Amino acid sequence: MIEVKNLNFAYQKERVLNNINFQLEEGKSLAIIGPSGCGKTTLLYLLAGLEQADQGEIKIKSKLISGIRENTGVILQDYGLFPWKTVYHNLALGLKIRGCAKKQIEKKVNLALKRLKISEFKNKYPAELSGGQKQRVAVGRSLVLAPDLLLMDEPFSALDALTREEMQNLILEIHSRDNFSFVLVTHDIAEAAFLGHKIAVIREGQIVNILSNPHFGQKNLREKEEFFELQKKLRKQMTLEYGGENQHEKREV
Amino acid sequence: MKKEKYNSFYALLLIIGIWYILYFTVDSSIITSPGAVIRVFLMNFSSEILPHLLMSFYRIFVAVAISLFLGVGIGLLTGMHKKIDKFLSPLIYLLYPIPKIAFLPVFMLLFGLGDRSKIILLIVIVIFQIIVTTRDGVRGIDSNYFASARSLGMDRIDIYRHLVFPAVLPGILTALRITIGTSIAVLFFAENFAVKYGIGYYIMNSWSMVNYLKMYSGIIAVSLLGYFLFKGIDWLENKYCSWQKISDKF
Repeated sequence: MIEVKNLNFAYQKERVLNNINFQLEEGKSLAIIGPSGCGKTTLLYLLAGLEQADQGEIKIKSKLISGIRENTGVILQDYGLFPWKTVYHNLALGLKIRGCAKKQIEKKVNLALKRLKISEFKNKYPAELSGGQKQRVAVGRSLVLAPDLLLMDEPFSALDALTREEMQNLILEIHSRDNFSFVLVTHDIAEAAFLGHKIAVIREGQIVNILSNPHFGQKNLREKEEFFELQKKLRKQMTLEYGGENQHEKREV
Repeated sequence: MKKEKYNSFYALLLIIGIWYILYFTVDSSIITSPGAVIRVFLMNFSSEILPHLLMSFYRIFVAVAISLFLGVGIGLLTGMHKKIDKFLSPLIYLLYPIPKIAFLPVFMLLFGLGDRSKIILLIVIVIFQIIVTTRDGVRGIDSNYFASARSLGMDRIDIYRHLVFPAVLPGILTALRITIGTSIAVLFFAENFAVKYGIGYYIMNSWSMVNYLKMYSGIIAVSLLGYFLFKGIDWLENKYCSWQKISDKF
């Protein structure tokens, strides 16, 4: 699905990403985890086609990315909802841009609203919604476009713990039904362990390790010991200096 | 709605109350009785005042419409394109502070004594406020909204239509409120030169004929003109920017 090779990106002479390489298979998920300012959001923007790489290449479904891709859905950190549009019109916007007929838009948007249990808010403005409800709208705005790839930039960071878990469950549920690939950028270790088939640990613009998560999608994963073990491993990866043990593990993966 | 009506009524009562206090305390014929003025106003409204008022409204409406069209256009371009802003901003900053009203004689010589010179004077006064407000409004849009718009596949026109214009509209309406007040004041001055119709002319003509009742009737008419223009802007704001009131509340 995604193939990233020798990717480099600098912002005003400051190197943000350095030699990024990874692959993601179709229908799978990748969680990118790292501290603030490590370049993970930039990597997501490059995958979305919102930024252009200085060197290297990104291929999605074997096609080189040079701009915005029609079948990629993007959920930004602060939801990116337009405050002057109602929930309904926020969801309808992407379809309208793509030239869908009015009736088709109505059908698709109403279906998405129903699936995400936000039909009752369709005429409300984003400012009238709670964080969790806004997040559902943001998810709906992407899903209504039926993407084969969903990119999410710290989508649940502003939510309380319970709502965050509820939203993570929702993403899993939709993913298992629609079978799209997704990339999630987060600084939350538990979130990465819960939502990533693969988990890439990024530090100072470099991927220091990519771990496989064999427990992805397991029922009641949050209560299992393997989940805590994985988190422990991730925490260790995030705090260790680049080199030594990390490089050894990277080879293992 | 009821509360708004009550607020307007309260304001009217307060103004008339203060006017009565001045009428009874200031010993001068220039302060006339509000009751007598209202009687003269009602008596002369349709026959005398209305044609003058409509003429002034026409001049303000045309000037504001042209200023909005050009001002919003230039403001959006300067806000969205750094190169255009770099070229136009020094011009705007040099021309904005000039007291344009001093150019009325020049405009009258260049564009004639009729409506055109007055409308152009209003445009050159009003347009800068609209340009600057629109440009600053565009600059103030969070860059995340642009990323969000682009991620949805919006092209340049879509971005103007769905993001930039709705985002700056509340600011444009605020600028419009300020400029309406300025327009009326400037028009009052401009209508004293080479016109036979216009509420400014009506007021000053009544004053020169020492007919203070008619003069105050004209002033009431100006106040009402401003009131209804402001109410019109409020209506536009409620219709197109209701989201902002909700955002402010939460």
